[in-house]
Amino acid sequence: MNAPSNLPANRVYNYAYLDEQTKRMIRRSILKAIAIPGYQVPFGSREMPVPYGWGTGGIQVTASIIGPDDVYKCIDQGADDTTNAVSIRRFFARVADVATTEQTEEATIIQTRHRIPEAPLQEGQIMVYQVPQPEPLRGLEPRETETRAMHAYEEYGLQYLSLYESVAAYGRIAGGAGYPVLVDERYLMSPSPIPKFDNPKLHQSEALHLFGAGREKRIYAVPPHTDVRSLDFEDYPFEIQSWDEVCALCNCDSSYKDEVILDDDGNRMFVCSDSAYCGERRKQGHSGPLAGHALDQLDQPEDAE
Amino acid sequence: MSMITPIERDEQLLVVEGLDKSFGPIGACRDVSFELRRGEILGIVGESGSGKTTLLRCISGQLEPTGGQVLFNSRRHGMHDIFALSEQDRRRIAREEWGYVHQNPRDGLRMRVSGGANVAEPLMMNGRRHYGEMREQSLNWFERVELDLGRIDNKPRTFSGGMQQRLQIARNLIHNPSLVFMDEPTGGLDVSVQARLLDLMRVLVREMGLAAIIVTHDIGVARLLADRLLVMKSGFVVEQGLTDQVLDDPQHGYTQLLVSSVLQI
Ligand SMILES: Nc1ncnc2c1ncn2[C@@H]1O[C@H](COP(=O)(O)OP(=O)(O)OP(=O)(O)O)[C@@H](O)[C@H]1O
Ligand SMILES: [Mg+2]
Repeated sequence: MNAPSNLPANRVYNYAYLDEQTKRMIRRSILKAIAIPGYQVPFGSREMPVPYGWGTGGIQVTASIIGPDDVYKCIDQGADDTTNAVSIRRFFARVADVATTEQTEEATIIQTRHRIPEAPLQEGQIMVYQVPQPEPLRGLEPRETETRAMHAYEEYGLQYLSLYESVAAYGRIAGGAGYPVLVDERYLMSPSPIPKFDNPKLHQSEALHLFGAGREKRIYAVPPHTDVRSLDFEDYPFEIQSWDEVCALCNCDSSYKDEVILDDDGNRMFVCSDSAYCGERRKQGHSGPLAGHALDQLDQPEDAE
Repeated sequence: MSMITPIERDEQLLVVEGLDKSFGPIGACRDVSFELRRGEILGIVGESGSGKTTLLRCISGQLEPTGGQVLFNSRRHGMHDIFALSEQDRRRIAREEWGYVHQNPRDGLRMRVSGGANVAEPLMMNGRRHYGEMREQSLNWFERVELDLGRIDNKPRTFSGGMQQRLQIARNLIHNPSLVFMDEPTGGLDVSVQARLLDLMRVLVREMGLAAIIVTHDIGVARLLADRLLVMKSGFVVEQGLTDQVLDDPQHGYTQLLVSSVLQI
């Protein structure tokens, strides 16, 4: 976590972009967040060289914890090769002198907005989430004073109102992303816009999960080996999404799928949203019903920059 | 209504002692004292600005008085000054044992969720986690307040003013409170809608044996619903007593004016 002393002479920015004072301040917030799992800790969010909504919170968290020995992975949706993920990865390669990777197993820090990778996370890994709205109760209660009181007094009945609405409207608890969880049986938390498919991966995870909301100036955390329970009703238990289709490229039947429209005739295919995972499976020889499709080539993981 | 029967449910529920509330130089409530027994309905009348809403907000824990005491006999704490309790305990009492019907339904309803969810909310707030049971109970309450069951999943903004007030009433009774505060619950409604709503409230409140404190401008409302009446002027309680007594034989000059002005219409 310490900045290396042998800084290249031509560096324009401080190591990892943020100045050391700011990083120290953010680390203090992170430590507090880890000490109180699920609790939203305020922090002095800085202006970043990307607009809000592009991951400013996650970038600041990463900048505060990264060191030159880290191996950095960044994904947007499930993919490493989307514009946003590529530019954030390049940013840290340049300002923090880190190696980057697309392989989940190799990474020490994984920054994400929408997904938790399919490959199981391990001890020592840190997930960093870019969070647009940290307050799970905000949609129902606009007053900050009131949501603070609700957290302080553990009054979470209101959150069930959104579940009630969902069952009333769809006959089940719908809502794919940002599905609310109770952390360590104490704090209500929004796991950011990850699909509820990924919620169970937070429960008793080996990895440390850090959530940064830049615009809302909040940091929160799920430390390793912490209970994370998705809210539900007694008669409508929590369920994750599932697909009848296997991945068209790698044949995986257990991963989170993206639907890809192939043509105007309504032909479509389902592929793993985690492109690195899918690529790895194909390398190992798994092949799905549409293996060899043009998308197959596009998706092959390149070597890390 | 004409026969004055002494209240038999004798247990004290709320005791207000020397309550003061000022906003800077304005004394909105001054030295207000009264008592309420279980199952009793108290009307608060008085001209605009006399401090009725302020009093209601103070005794329902939303606004801390500048002086005096508000003692409420709760299940968890017995007879206790609510402002001597922690905020957490006070909020719990409000959640479990009180209802608050606002004059403007927009202040008392969540406009972003369906009517059914509005009615079921207090159940969820009090820890209920079985959807089917809560659904059934809100349907039941839709029926009791004479709302169309087919509208249960519609948003409150698609309901008329009178229907919105019915929603508010259902939402404030479903968790079986012991005390309901109502701030001019029929204020914005036309006369025929008012009459039906008042009738409904009277039946429900009596059936459930609730205590209620109803703020109103309207002497007619007070006469119909209230066992006892409290008359306010400039923050002071100028007269209180059994409703029929106060209205038929007003002692204070202001009350006389209030009653006579109604009779003239
Ligand atoms: N938040 C506040 N800040 C300053 N003054 C206030 C506040 N709330 C009420 N007041 C003042 O306190 C006095 C009593 O107001 P209150 O709203 O309690 O009257 P009311 O009897 O409910 O009137 P109405 O019948 O018009 O609703 C008024 O002079 C009012 O201007
Ligand atoms: Mg008022």
